[in-house]
Amino acid sequence: MAVVTDEPKAGFRLGMLIYDTRYRSITIQIVVLILVMAGVAWLVDNLLRNLAVLGRGIDFSFLGNRSGYDINQTLVEYTNDSTHARATLVGLLNTLLVAFLGCVAATVVGVLAGVMRLSKNWVIARLMTVYVEVFRNIPLLLWILIIFAVFTEALPAPNAFRGENPAASMVLFDTVAFTNRYTAIPWLIFDNSMGWLTLGPVYLNIDLVLIVTAVVGGVFANRAILRRAKRIQEATGERPTTWWQPILALFGPIIAVFLFLGTHVDAPTLQGFNFTGGLQVSNSLVALWLALTLYTAAFIAEIVRAGINAVSRGQSEAAFALGLRPGRTMSLVILPQALRVIIPPLISQYLNLTKNSSLAIAVGYMDLRGTLGGITLNQTGRGLEAMMLLMLIYLVISLIISGTMNIYNNSVRLKER
Amino acid sequence: MKATSDPFVRREMLAPAAPPITEAGAVKWMRENLFSSPLNVILTVLGIGAVVYLVSHIAPWMLRGVWNAGSLSECRQIIEARYGEGVTGACWALIRERWPQYLFGFYPSELYWRPVLAFVLMLVAIAPVLFDALPRKMLWFALVYPALGFWLLWGGSVWVPVMALAGFGVGYVAAKVVQPLAGTILASIAAVLAPVLWWLFAAGPVAAALESLIPIALQEVRSREFGGFILAFTIGFTGIAFSLPLGVLLALGRQSDMFIVNKLSVGFIEFIRGVPLITLLFTASLLLNYFLPPGTDFDIILRVIIMVVLFAAAYIAEVVRGGLAALPRGQYEAADALGLDYFKAQRLIIMPQALKISIPGIVSTFIGLFKDTTLVVFVGLLDPLKGITDAVRASTDWKGVYWEPYIFVGAIFFIICFSMSRYSMYLENKLKTDHR
Amino acid sequence: MKQSVFLGTLAATALIAGGALAQGTSTLDTVKARGELNCGVNTGLVGFAAPDANGNWQGFDVAICKAVAAAVLGDASKVVYIPTTSSDRFEQLTSGKIDLLSRNTTWTFSRDTDLRIDFVGVNYYDGQGFMVRKDLGVSSAKELNGATICIQTGTTTELNLADYFKANNMAYTAVPIETNAEGEQQYLAGACDAYTTDASGLAATRAAFADPENHIILPEIVSKEPLGPSVRHGDNAWGDIVRWTLNALIAAEEYGITSTNIDELETSSQNPEVQRLLGTSGELGKMIGLEPNWAMNAIKAGGNYGEIFAATIGESTPIGLARGLNAQWTQGGLLYAPPFR
Repeated sequence: MAVVTDEPKAGFRLGMLIYDTRYRSITIQIVVLILVMAGVAWLVDNLLRNLAVLGRGIDFSFLGNRSGYDINQTLVEYTNDSTHARATLVGLLNTLLVAFLGCVAATVVGVLAGVMRLSKNWVIARLMTVYVEVFRNIPLLLWILIIFAVFTEALPAPNAFRGENPAASMVLFDTVAFTNRYTAIPWLIFDNSMGWLTLGPVYLNIDLVLIVTAVVGGVFANRAILRRAKRIQEATGERPTTWWQPILALFGPIIAVFLFLGTHVDAPTLQGFNFTGGLQVSNSLVALWLALTLYTAAFIAEIVRAGINAVSRGQSEAAFALGLRPGRTMSLVILPQALRVIIPPLISQYLNLTKNSSLAIAVGYMDLRGTLGGITLNQTGRGLEAMMLLMLIYLVISLIISGTMNIYNNSVRLKER
Repeated sequence: MKATSDPFVRREMLAPAAPPITEAGAVKWMRENLFSSPLNVILTVLGIGAVVYLVSHIAPWMLRGVWNAGSLSECRQIIEARYGEGVTGACWALIRERWPQYLFGFYPSELYWRPVLAFVLMLVAIAPVLFDALPRKMLWFALVYPALGFWLLWGGSVWVPVMALAGFGVGYVAAKVVQPLAGTILASIAAVLAPVLWWLFAAGPVAAALESLIPIALQEVRSREFGGFILAFTIGFTGIAFSLPLGVLLALGRQSDMFIVNKLSVGFIEFIRGVPLITLLFTASLLLNYFLPPGTDFDIILRVIIMVVLFAAAYIAEVVRGGLAALPRGQYEAADALGLDYFKAQRLIIMPQALKISIPGIVSTFIGLFKDTTLVVFVGLLDPLKGITDAVRASTDWKGVYWEPYIFVGAIFFIICFSMSRYSMYLENKLKTDHR
Repeated sequence: MKQSVFLGTLAATALIAGGALAQGTSTLDTVKARGELNCGVNTGLVGFAAPDANGNWQGFDVAICKAVAAAVLGDASKVVYIPTTSSDRFEQLTSGKIDLLSRNTTWTFSRDTDLRIDFVGVNYYDGQGFMVRKDLGVSSAKELNGATICIQTGTTTELNLADYFKANNMAYTAVPIETNAEGEQQYLAGACDAYTTDASGLAATRAAFADPENHIILPEIVSKEPLGPSVRHGDNAWGDIVRWTLNALIAAEEYGITSTNIDELETSSQNPEVQRLLGTSGELGKMIGLEPNWAMNAIKAGGNYGEIFAATIGESTPIGLARGLNAQWTQGGLLYAPPFR
């Protein structure tokens, strides 16, 4: 008599795809993948059919055509004979410039405002509360417009600097002029300028490269000198006199570079309709920068406040018990700990600021959206291509920012468990 | 010897001396709160100076404002007649004449009650979500509200939104029918599939049939007639309401162990968060049509809402992910220990807690989104800030007005956003359970 | 429509393909079936297109929309005005969201060819000019070397400006601005020396200043800006309708047909051209697929070209534009409607 054993079924049943937890997740993933791919295929198919109906294709060749328009702030060489690609680059650099300036200033203002909001000084704490609430609760677009308009209305036109008894005068020994178009400041002129180095699509200002190299080199040399001094001190107990070496290391190269380039200072003077000479920082940049800074700083202030509040009160009590003064308690005990709470939301504020800089067009600051997504798009009519390129560039910038900040965040994170 | 003198015993206490003037009342308060250190003295003086400067420059201009005038030039004349040549003042008459446009856009004026009612009902609908003190039963109204609000705003036959809601009923019935026959998984597939089929093929004809049988309809209003703050509310509120489910799904996807689901969710979230809203709005207005079947045509507000929903979903997903991450591990383990499957654990244990923690974040996302609705001006919609303002300034009467509309719109935005952020703070305090 | 809107939302916008207007059908049939004309206009330009306090659109460009709606549908009020920005106007037209673009748009070669839209005529001959303060002491645009100039972006203006200054070997700083309101504010505060846009816009802007007498419009017109309505490329029948509606308005002025005497002329006029135009003789309406009285309806909608001009931007309005180039050819202008026969 055969023994009936309850053998496990070796076969694979279709039902196991759904009911067996071993296979279920694979099933779900494959279904999702198929759905997503079908969706994408559907979209692409529609796109191709639509383009066929309209009788045009996706064509980026317009980027190589002459742009024909002027841009008021160009960090690299650009004329209206340059290509649309060049205009895009100019716009990108302008975006990066205002985003960088904005992030730095917003962090400073935000941390100050956040700390001051917790201040014991009643007036300051209230003022900061009002500042934070007013800026957080009104659309940024309005702030940009208002700040720009205030600049325009409050400052004198260049014309006011003219004549025997001018209505306005330059400040700082007649070298700086605040006008309602720009701020004219003295700037360095290089007589023996090295010009531009062209490496394919990349353009480098050799003067700038030299200066940056000199500064960075100086800093490294200085660190090497200090390390050496420390080593000698630890070995022999005597610190060599080094006070002149860091000064030489820090300032020597940069002075040498400036002498080599034949540098002199060029002060702005009023000529014709406008100031010439020096550097003119346009009000659209300053207003946009200020608006982005103040708006984002209001959010950062809240983040900082929340971060400080998140540090257990025992920490500050312990610091006081050790005899630290309030200022040092804040900078040595509270802020370093609060930083761990602050950094992640801070990253998204930096991202927001960068993306919000695309409102620049409201004050006529020619950023990426103003050149590629604005005039270039309008003149060429290549909406699809220009928008896709625009989104791609913004995406790359965002990913770079969040990637860098995440690396930093991981480095300061508490190592637990 | 007998002591003749009594020992000195104080029989009545001296009245305590008044504290020195520097240690009492307003002076003490000022000393401690305003002038406690040299730095604080400087800060206080600077702060007060800034306030005085701002007020003294702005207040006279605002107070000289004229409320009764038919055009900007009339305003200027009145102010000059009142205060002398060359004096300027605000021309509030513009607000007085055009406020309906700022609030309602070009919504037909005899129908203003509908958006107002829709707004009030919206408050009723979200109240039980926001305040726990209210009866839970009211949540049902919150579920019905989207259809009701849609009907009130756009009008048309009542059967369209009713049939659309009926889709959820169809899904529920389908799930109940399928479950005993084929099990939970197929039932949940049926619960998704049946409503979609219903909406695509059955809802339209059934609504038309019912409409011909029992016609109940409001006058139709077109999307094009929306503008001003109803536009901002419609886009903002719909954006948040519809992005919530999507955002929760994305958050779960991002938390998921399944490689493909996880990577797709991360990719979507990072893409949306990586591009400015303006470019997404441009996509809605210029490019969405390229990606839909040739000849598809639906209106711009809907297209904008779709993009705003996708945009908000990515942000909500991050907020909800934060909520999920804040839940103690023990909650997940406890759910597993009870033998709950994934969906039951999410529905009964995880989500109720995670969403509750996330409400402040969701409110902030909403405030951000509400402010961002001003960007729809860049795609030709009449937002309150610039769209309506530019249209108003294009009339010959009000050409040249600059500050007044901005101040008006800014003030309304501030009131709305500020009260929402106060609510969010109240909630944060309530949810704070640690004792410090 | 409401139905498809709402269902579309719920069904994740998918799959509702075929229902809406299928590509390839004629715009005329679509408009007739819809019973409304979708007309793209400016979001707000004084005198040309702006909504009033009740949301009724008015203006010179809007009148073209009304005339076309009256010609096609017999009712000038059957227009849906779709505000378009300078960035999205052409996409709106090519993607079929609007049937007609009447938004102070300059007729240029590349727009007519590369962007696949067709300009059907010119309703306003404009040109780019400069406005400066009188006390600047400038009397010619040639003296603007080194000036800061405000320009409205998204138009042909930037390119014209660049070309003009290049041709005259002058330098300038451009202050691009988004809207006219911002431009005025900048210009009045002295943030730019000159403000440049189409001469019609300059006149309108100047008229609204508190002190118009202190500003002058320089004599140089640096570009040709023929502004006209446009339609999608490829639907010639629809293009003909818009073109001849515009021509009918211009011809009506030439023959003295106004909105007040049109009914009288319909019965009494002995001029064969007027008879053909008003549909009392000939079959012009049938040839473009419209009612015989299409032109009458169009003219009744807002009057003939001259009446529209006078009511919206003419010398009696605050904008105060003179006819100039936009006078009839018989008056020394450029308006010249081809014969109706």
